[in-house]
Amino acid sequence: MSGEIIGAVPPLEAGPPKMNIGVVGWIRMNLFNTWYNSILTVLSLSLIYYTVTSLLNWGVRLARFTGVKPEDCQGIDGACWPVISDNWAFFMVGTYPYELRWRPLMALLVVVALIMLAVWPRIRRMRLYQLAWLVSPIVIFIIIKGSDTFGLSQVDTRHWGGVMLTVILSVVGIVFAFPIGLMLALGRRSRMPVINILCVGYIEMIRGVPLITVLFMSSIMLPLFFPEGFNLDKVLRAQIGIIMFAAAYQAEVVRGGLQGVDRGQEEAAMALGLSYWQSMVLIVLPQALKIVIPTMVSSAISLLKDTSLVVIIGLFDLLGIANLVLANPIWLGKMFETYVFVAAIYWVMCFSMSRYARRLEIRFSAGDR
Amino acid sequence: MGSKRAGNNNEIMIEIRQMNKWFGNFQALKEINLTVRRQEVVVICGPSGSGKSTLIRTINRLEEHQQGRIFVEGTELTNDLKNIEIIRKEVGMVFQQFNLFPHLTVRNNIMMAPIWVRKLPRSEAMKIANELLERVGIPEQADKYPGQLSGGQQQRVAIARSLAMQPKIMLFDEPTSALDPEMIKEVLDVMRELAEQGMTMLVVTHEMGFAREVADRMIFMDAGHIVEEASPKIFFSKPKEERTKLFLSQILHH
Amino acid sequence: MTELTQEQGKVQLISWRNPAVRSVVYQIVSVVLVGFAAYTIFQNTVANLTKRGIASGFSFLNIESGFAISEVMPVPMLEPGFVSFISSIFLGLIAAFVLHKWVTRKGKTVGGDYRLVLLTIFFIFVVPAITYLLTNHIFVTETYSEASSYGLGLVTGVFNTIKMSILGCILATIIGFFVGIARLSSNWLVAKLAETYVEIIRNIPVLLQIFFWYFAVIRTLPMVRESINFFDVFIINNRGIYLPDPTPLPGFHPFLIALFVACVGVYFRLRHVKAVQDLTGRQLPVLFPSIAILIVFPGLVWMGLGAPVELSYPKLTGFNFTGGLNPSPEYAAMLMGLSIYHGSQIAEIVRSGIQAVSTGQKEAARALGLRGGFVMRLVVIPQAMRVIIPPLTSQYLGVTKNSSLGVAIGFPELVSVGGTILNQSGQAIEIIGITMAVYLAASLMISVFMNWYNEKMKLVER
Repeated sequence: MSGEIIGAVPPLEAGPPKMNIGVVGWIRMNLFNTWYNSILTVLSLSLIYYTVTSLLNWGVRLARFTGVKPEDCQGIDGACWPVISDNWAFFMVGTYPYELRWRPLMALLVVVALIMLAVWPRIRRMRLYQLAWLVSPIVIFIIIKGSDTFGLSQVDTRHWGGVMLTVILSVVGIVFAFPIGLMLALGRRSRMPVINILCVGYIEMIRGVPLITVLFMSSIMLPLFFPEGFNLDKVLRAQIGIIMFAAAYQAEVVRGGLQGVDRGQEEAAMALGLSYWQSMVLIVLPQALKIVIPTMVSSAISLLKDTSLVVIIGLFDLLGIANLVLANPIWLGKMFETYVFVAAIYWVMCFSMSRYARRLEIRFSAGDR
Repeated sequence: MGSKRAGNNNEIMIEIRQMNKWFGNFQALKEINLTVRRQEVVVICGPSGSGKSTLIRTINRLEEHQQGRIFVEGTELTNDLKNIEIIRKEVGMVFQQFNLFPHLTVRNNIMMAPIWVRKLPRSEAMKIANELLERVGIPEQADKYPGQLSGGQQQRVAIARSLAMQPKIMLFDEPTSALDPEMIKEVLDVMRELAEQGMTMLVVTHEMGFAREVADRMIFMDAGHIVEEASPKIFFSKPKEERTKLFLSQILHH
Repeated sequence: MTELTQEQGKVQLISWRNPAVRSVVYQIVSVVLVGFAAYTIFQNTVANLTKRGIASGFSFLNIESGFAISEVMPVPMLEPGFVSFISSIFLGLIAAFVLHKWVTRKGKTVGGDYRLVLLTIFFIFVVPAITYLLTNHIFVTETYSEASSYGLGLVTGVFNTIKMSILGCILATIIGFFVGIARLSSNWLVAKLAETYVEIIRNIPVLLQIFFWYFAVIRTLPMVRESINFFDVFIINNRGIYLPDPTPLPGFHPFLIALFVACVGVYFRLRHVKAVQDLTGRQLPVLFPSIAILIVFPGLVWMGLGAPVELSYPKLTGFNFTGGLNPSPEYAAMLMGLSIYHGSQIAEIVRSGIQAVSTGQKEAARALGLRGGFVMRLVVIPQAMRVIIPPLTSQYLGVTKNSSLGVAIGFPELVSVGGTILNQSGQAIEIIGITMAVYLAASLMISVFMNWYNEKMKLVER
């Protein structure tokens, strides 16, 4: 019976059955494959319809877009968008002096230009370009804060606010927290008990308490720690709290990366005769940090969201400005418009970063194979 | 060697007629016709992506076929859940990646199906598990977790787990491909023993030595087609098709 | 000469080349640095405080506060008898534990022995209960008022934090599991809707969401006169939400006991089902009989006692609704903000937990002939829960920590009450210290639990 070959049968028409492909097939497979899925589909469709139409009605059809005076919004059922357009600059830079607003704009241009230049790999590899990135924080600081030597009048940090303050707090927070977090992570791995205990203690303490208590500590207790007459700027105090907070979380992120690097790498480095610091800087850390870049981006997203807490200690970041606008009797009751707008700004920043993190993750996992 | 068990029994266990399967617009299986009789050992080979795994996965409905008909022990595989249930009780499957349940001990892995599908008392299920572990040669590992075993041991547990359902047909989906070379033999020995005891088996494998020795019939697949079907003797000595020759030369002389 | 060769093997004892010496030096240096910093800070702080005339220490906790807290509840203040009560609980637990160890060592199966269960119940419940009855004063409950001390204010804050966190965790879990499972739905539209929810909510700061719910939604609800009124049962206005409040009547306690008995009944029924299956392989129905036990028996008792709960409905008296259950607008806004935000995070945890179970596992289970429900129950869920629970507990910690945002809208939880006291008394260091200590204790407990759980649930590997 072995070797039996079944005779050829005339072939059916080519191609998969119609119900499994094409638009109709897709809809059948994904939306109406069972009776309860059909019900769910109908329910979801009506939910989407209801949400979208009411949002459009409120935000577009019944809304007022133009007009300078708040009275223009009287007697409409929809959104009153002038609350945004009128306070646009306010949302962006806070109470930054009117005639000096070109300065934050210029700072923004510097950053945008640097990012745009990164598109060309040739420029990206130029020393000058990398140097420009390194000095850019100082330049931006001088542009925004002002400096007498450059003939730019000083702008007190009281007047910093809006998106500008939110971005400054988060970027400076991440940039300074990173090296501290790195040191803490290395300290946590250290076999020296004193250093280990100090680092673990710091990390676990900060991670165990809410950010708001850390901010209270930095804004209320910090002045008590310094000698008489030593005045710390309010924004700086908040920034210190944010850095302290972010450093503990960065430490855990880096630790995750260090654990992801094979022990053999460190042993190989030692076998080559490298010292501890050499093996860390040249061998282990580059690999560890590469692993954790996506995680670091998501912790940056968390930090960006967390900076909104400075509103509680009296700073006017983006959320603080929203409350300030709403406190203005002219714009009373425009809560929906204001919060939706501010939420949209946060969302665009966070969502684009999270997409970026996901892309990096995919690229790295592809690179591993 | 060759066909010594199957000759005296002509009962058809699996019958596949004119079967086609697509993944989206990609046709994975084309015009498959296949009959497997009781106690037959059929080895399926072919280059990767040729559809051999998909073929045996359609037999216990891990993959759905869209055209043609499949009968297992006279029961037709359709969307009818009852039929699928009946067929899955009759058909055991061993995977390339073992797929043991990591949260259960070896014994509990084997006992799960007897208890929950065959509804046996615990003591009986335990007896079956112990017997099967004895049979695959690792009774001492019963209370360990899969993660504590070597790959070869895990695959033997996986075979025992399938046998616990007392299936009439066993499907093997590249059972030795994920194993280190020194462990392949222990798994093949268990499979050889199973074949000698008269189990109906469909085996997807690249182990040509095993095929030559145990198989009653060889099937070569390429690009979704069954290209050639022959007894091992003919298959290895004078294959008809060019593609078979090419494949064999690659796999036997590397 | 011989001495020299002996010494060549190791580095001189006190030398920079000796790694041990280096390590000690590094550590001493870091201790000195930290110590110096701490000392300077201490000196400066003492000087600053003396200048401001603030006496440090915790004696301020006994001072009368003089401010009102909008949401108060009777909170327990411990009495000396508490110690014996707590020790009896511990002793009971230890006794039960020893009993279990002893019985299992003798080779009996723990499951089959009913006496063992009764003894365990005795040790865990009855012994503490007897102690409770014997000791008169375990704690006294006090309700905060303006005349109360700062200390009682802080304790009230802690209890408000707990009240917020527990309900927030429960709601976030419900939302999270619901949305997380919806994200894996075979229905494309449902999956996309769930994804949209997650992607929108988790990319907006939670504080902004709380503000939105509080200022833009709850505060703009109609005024008392124009309340949204569902048949005088649910009433919504800008003072909050009014629900019927169940007030226990005499006979309520027997009902509770009946409920407890029903739970015990279900427990024994489940054991019975398991025993029958072990013995004969027969699978008795579980779900409906359990529901029946849980509903029918307490239901009969309920009716027999003549429905021993009175629902007090909110009534419009004068300018406001009184009676009924009335979560404050602040509480409602916090609850919505926290549960919706953390719900989106938990949804991601649930989704990735379920996805972490490989398709191979499901295929193997199906190939063995297990049906859909069993594949989930026996293979997917046990493995997914191992992945889900650790990040889930840290989300619970996150809910607890984020409940501190109540300070921004005036919900009187710990940080908020602490802030008020801080402004009044100026005891910044003590207040912030206490606040941090409370949160640290909470996270410590959670991380102890998590370590225990991870250790217990770790998949055994080579």
